Amino acid sequence: MSTTERHIPDRLTTPAQRVLKSWEALLLAVAIAIFIVNSLASPYFLNAWNLSDATFNFTEKAMIAFAMALLIIAGEIDLSVASIIALASTAMGAAAQVGAGPATLVLIGLGVGLACGAFNAVLVTVMGLPSIVVTIGTMSLFRGISYIVLGDTAYGGYPPGFEYFGQGYVFWVFSFEFVLFAVLAVIYGVLLHKTNFGRAVYAIGNNATGAMFSGIRVQRVKFILFLLTGLMSGIAAVCLTSRLGSTRPSIGLGMELEVVTMVVLGGVNILGGSGSIPGVVIAAFVMGLVTFGLGLLNVPGIVMSIFIGLLLIGVIALPRLWSMARGK
Amino acid sequence: MTQLLKSREAILTGAILVLIALISTRYPGFAAPGNLANVFNDTAPLILLALGQMIVILTKCIDLSVAANLALTGMVVAMLNTVAPGVPVAIIILIALALGALMGAANGLLVWKLSIPPIVVTLGTMTIFRGIIFLISDGAWVNAHEMSAPFKDFPRHVLLGLPTLSWIAILAVLAFFVLTTRTALGRAFFAVGGNPHASVYTGINVGRTQFWAYVISGTLAGLTGYLWVARYAVAYVDIAGGFELDVVAACVIGGVSIAGGSGSVIGALLGAIFLGVVKNALPVVNISPFWQLAISGTAIIVAIAFNARASRVPGRVILKRAEHAA
Repeated sequence: MSTTERHIPDRLTTPAQRVLKSWEALLLAVAIAIFIVNSLASPYFLNAWNLSDATFNFTEKAMIAFAMALLIIAGEIDLSVASIIALASTAMGAAAQVGAGPATLVLIGLGVGLACGAFNAVLVTVMGLPSIVVTIGTMSLFRGISYIVLGDTAYGGYPPGFEYFGQGYVFWVFSFEFVLFAVLAVIYGVLLHKTNFGRAVYAIGNNATGAMFSGIRVQRVKFILFLLTGLMSGIAAVCLTSRLGSTRPSIGLGMELEVVTMVVLGGVNILGGSGSIPGVVIAAFVMGLVTFGLGLLNVPGIVMSIFIGLLLIGVIALPRLWSMARGK
Repeated sequence: MTQLLKSREAILTGAILVLIALISTRYPGFAAPGNLANVFNDTAPLILLALGQMIVILTKCIDLSVAANLALTGMVVAMLNTVAPGVPVAIIILIALALGALMGAANGLLVWKLSIPPIVVTLGTMTIFRGIIFLISDGAWVNAHEMSAPFKDFPRHVLLGLPTLSWIAILAVLAFFVLTTRTALGRAFFAVGGNPHASVYTGINVGRTQFWAYVISGTLAGLTGYLWVARYAVAYVDIAGGFELDVVAACVIGGVSIAGGSGSVIGALLGAIFLGVVKNALPVVNISPFWQLAISGTAIIVAIAFNARASRVPGRVILKRAEHAA
């Protein structure tokens, strides 16, 4: 109650304190802890090639998560990403059947991704429809088209050379996917944290009307963000299809949940306005290490999905419970 | 009279009748009363879930966990039936209702007490519920021969010309009609979605109302879980996979506004019947069932675009008009 005698510091927090107390620092500590636990739990964990294999658990999802982070910071969401992968993969499979080469396949994958992103973008920004329902609709539509084309069959027979994107290594243990992930992380980090476009994304997420009156073209920025999310899903489709070497209409089913979980775990506010790319990068490692560690311990995939679901809710619920407990 | 003709319900009824007429031109038997009764019975689970989903959407929330809730409850009662075939159906139904309500309450508490966005909560619980089915069943199926005769017979038992499943859907529609139009709680659902701030000032607890919406949706999902498993006489991890999208589609097609606060029981019913007729018509007109998913998706997108046009407020035009005047 002695508020008048409170010690007034010169500044609230020093930059070092801010870094140490940040969500990213906490996440990094969790990542290191999981790393240590995994090394102790399984003798196969601490091996350069096994760890390299572990990165495949998150590289494709993380690529989408970067674009999704920007989209969520701007106050929108795209639940159709996994279905875009299915459609892009189906298109690539169909092209491979008529003898398209690796370069053409990549162009088709990225093109379909962009087109799907543009479709979402038009519905949300031009027609002014809520992105949650629009992308629930396109989630059925895009995968639905894959089911119409493929039914219960599958595409295989991808041309030689195409397997490089999902199975190739740039040097030593660093796979093409991992290098691409690292490059994209830097690009998105710069885009969000160092450019006017990034500032605009935050501004829109915090106050779209205010952003509009400060001269930001809100709908155009959102349009670009949906395009980017579509493009990233296209890139992920190329990597995933190349890695699996076949396409079924159920490819990547449920991946949107893991992408959103990764973004939220990375400290992005699900209601928009705040978040960072370094956070998402660390979250990608955390999820990758956990699923890989559970895999080494022979935990089935569907049980891991329970863990992902708990993680998604827990990550948002725990800080709120914490602040509720401290408030009382 | 013109207002009645222009209403969403009238347009949708017209669309359903046109659809049935079109299908009848290729397959005359489709419009026979007996076949239409079958279509209605097939659509009954969708109707039940759409009613619960409508209440949730009215309060500005969404429940993506309904299909997983249905599947988990179905698996639990099916497993209970295999280990204790003597348990009467009435007790089974009570267990299904309670279990469904419990899962709905979990969603509701997370939304109410921790104010986590509904889409995140239900995406999370959707995978958790599905995962639990795998944990308790070990991925195994419960097949027809393992279920007791009364357990399987209940939803198919014919009463006054219609199976019990259809009667339950009809009763639920009537009950929800009374709930939404004649009770304080029903009005609260609309108020909370229409204007949360004003609701607080009129003494409505927004969070608690949303909680009850989730409990209602969960209870219906639990009940449908038993009916589904008993009717198809099989339970496994993936039953009703992706069904939540159909349920949301039925609501959106039925004119339930995703922004909350507007919608009707008749609308949700007609939306479900529309999808049910499409689903039953596909094999009749020789279209592969693989088209179903794309059709649901298209229906959702067309319906929200249509809803948005109908309710667009011409507020921003004022500025332009003023410019012209000057």
